[in-house]
Amino acid sequence: MLVTGPNGSGKTTLLRLCAGLYAPTGGELDVDVPRGSIGFLGHEPLVYRELTALENLDLYGRLYRLPERRERAGALLERFGLWRARNERVATFSRGMLQRLALCRTFLHDPDLLLLDEPFDGLDAEGVELLHAELAERPDATALVATHDPEGLASRATAQLALT
Amino acid sequence: MSAYAADVAALARKDLLLELRARDTLPAMLLFVVSALTVFHFALPDGSSERAETGLLWIAIVFTALLGLSRAFIAEREQGVLDGLVLAPCDRSAIWLGKTLGVMVFLVLAELVALPAFALFFHPLSWELVAAVALANLGIAAIGTLLAAMAAASRARELLLPLLFLPLVIPVVIGGVGASVAANPGSFLAFLGLYDAVFAILCWASFEYVVTE
Repeated sequence: MLVTGPNGSGKTTLLRLCAGLYAPTGGELDVDVPRGSIGFLGHEPLVYRELTALENLDLYGRLYRLPERRERAGALLERFGLWRARNERVATFSRGMLQRLALCRTFLHDPDLLLLDEPFDGLDAEGVELLHAELAERPDATALVATHDPEGLASRATAQLALT
Repeated sequence: MSAYAADVAALARKDLLLELRARDTLPAMLLFVVSALTVFHFALPDGSSERAETGLLWIAIVFTALLGLSRAFIAEREQGVLDGLVLAPCDRSAIWLGKTLGVMVFLVLAELVALPAFALFFHPLSWELVAAVALANLGIAAIGTLLAAMAAASRARELLLPLLFLPLVIPVVIGGVGASVAANPGSFLAFLGLYDAVFAILCWASFEYVVTE
């Protein structure tokens, strides 16, 4: 599902509500997915700058109790073109590399519900292609994608929510 | 190792690794506590009572802890990582416990320098004082970590943390000074132990509500 709308229309708020990061102040919201099955990509990469890419994914892998976390982290880093930088501190990463690492973190635990807030921000053409390929490999996952530029995903989306 | 203990260990290890890389909290705590004790040494008149000297040690410990606590959630706040930790399926109290252990390690390391410095400047250490400091560390780290998490979510975080933390650690200072100089240190040590237990349970149980809006 594409979530579109102008600045301040509530796209980010909606995604954070669905993730459980905000509690609704009115109305009801029922997200029938356990916390550990949500993949959330926000405006921040949610990684520690003083840790390496691999250490960050290893920490999340531990917290999500992934049985083969190292293999899974390695495979994602390779897929998103970060394998060579796996042992570098995140503080040295460019904006695009940070977004790629944030995507690795989001997909690490194979979530059933993807909440992606402007996922193409900072990505180059190759990064955009990689993200499209990753989404295409997850036909069973539900994805809410908030974006200013819905054209790239319009053919794949089954619904669109336009906030005003 | 249970899953909960593994989560706590992973989070505490991460904090120690971050400090090892950034080295921006422990050196500041060490420098502060030694500087404070040096200032107190020259500020206190000759012939001051043991109670006054011990009181100054506790002031130095509390403010050193405050310095460390003010940076406890800085990495999570600046990079929004707390959202990532909160979304993980682990028990959210593990985040508090892991951070509390990290804070306690920094505090103990600062005290390993502060206590010999105190013995050098003022009077020899007693076992009661060392026991009181060890007990106080748990209470300070437990309540301080919870308040640091609350302050991290606030705009006035630099103001909020000391305003909340200092009144709540007054019992620690009372218990610590009492255990160090009173004729019956046992009751003061028991008081510190009770304070630790009550606040550790309260903080453990309430952390989830602090990190979710």
